[in-house]
Amino acid sequence: MTKQQTPHKFRGLEADPHRDHIQGPANAPVTLMEYGDYQCPYCGEAYSIVKQLQRKFADNLRFVFRNFPLAQIHTHAEVAAEAAEAAGAQNQFWEMHDYLYEHQDKLAAPQLIAAAKPLGLDVERFTDDLNQHAYAERVREDFLSGVRAGVNGTPTFFINGVRHDGAWDIDSLSEAINAQLQKRTAA
Amino acid sequence: MNEVISVNQLNGLEAVETRVDTRTPTNESGALSAGVAAPEFSLQDAPDHTVSLKDFSGKRLILAFYPADWSPVCGDQMALYNEVLPEFQRLHADLLGISVDGAWCHRAFAKDRNLRFPLLADFEPKGEVARSYGVYRQHDGITERALFVIDEKGIIRWSYVSPITVNPGADGILNALEELESKGVAA
Repeated sequence: MTKQQTPHKFRGLEADPHRDHIQGPANAPVTLMEYGDYQCPYCGEAYSIVKQLQRKFADNLRFVFRNFPLAQIHTHAEVAAEAAEAAGAQNQFWEMHDYLYEHQDKLAAPQLIAAAKPLGLDVERFTDDLNQHAYAERVREDFLSGVRAGVNGTPTFFINGVRHDGAWDIDSLSEAINAQLQKRTAA
Repeated sequence: MNEVISVNQLNGLEAVETRVDTRTPTNESGALSAGVAAPEFSLQDAPDHTVSLKDFSGKRLILAFYPADWSPVCGDQMALYNEVLPEFQRLHADLLGISVDGAWCHRAFAKDRNLRFPLLADFEPKGEVARSYGVYRQHDGITERALFVIDEKGIIRWSYVSPITVNPGADGILNALEELESKGVAA
């Protein structure tokens, strides 16, 4: 469907180990992918639900996070997403990811820079990356891949590549994940 | 001739049955479909300003009918389109949102969400423009969640009606615009 003049290719819903941020084993039978915004309060709720799901399903679940900042309504969403990527460049993506969702009221650039040191980041490099928007393009690629995949708000979840519409409380997501597990077992 | 058909289900959510007049070219829901000239309209986008279809002659235009201002922020269709606006523009299209809310309501909503495209008030006679596009919900007094892509000559090239509770996202619009782009119609 996408044409050659499109600069941002649709990356699809397959997790890419060379590019995506992934937790859980590569051979897990179920992949939960979230398109999220660090300033979105619903994503803040979803953060703890995902943690519960990861404990519950353990090695049966692989989790992938992609950026979907709604920057016009959430003034710090873009810088927070870039901060997570900048931390990722220093192999600390998930540490920053968790920090951001646990401090959604402290997402302005100076606050993020203040958080960098306790997280063990090279603060100078991190600050430069934020100031130069080193990861803005990458965040935009995530965003556009989400748009092409039908992401319609945050958070949007995909379970084994299928958009999970409707409720995303612990019971609803557990049920959807279990359904996939049963399908794999039956196959 | 009238017949009862069901609207496409989107991921199992809400199936709707609609009675359609098949004498006019409409899609499953009764909305005007591809190939039909877009009905002219002239609506307020601000208390002291009016926008008409003819203002966009020679340009591509997206009309996004939506039920009401003030839906929850992170899943809001207009907030999403606001973020995707640069992509629409890259594909040479302008965007107009339309609902039955009044111009003052639109103004407050647009300000709150930092919207960078006009919202038109299909307010008096209520829903008249939505009716002319086949997307007015008589029984509850709001418009469908309906999308139209109109070409440079004022012809509808794509339309889609989403289940009312489901934000349709932007992927369908982008695909339709890329289709137009690939056919090489001068932009």
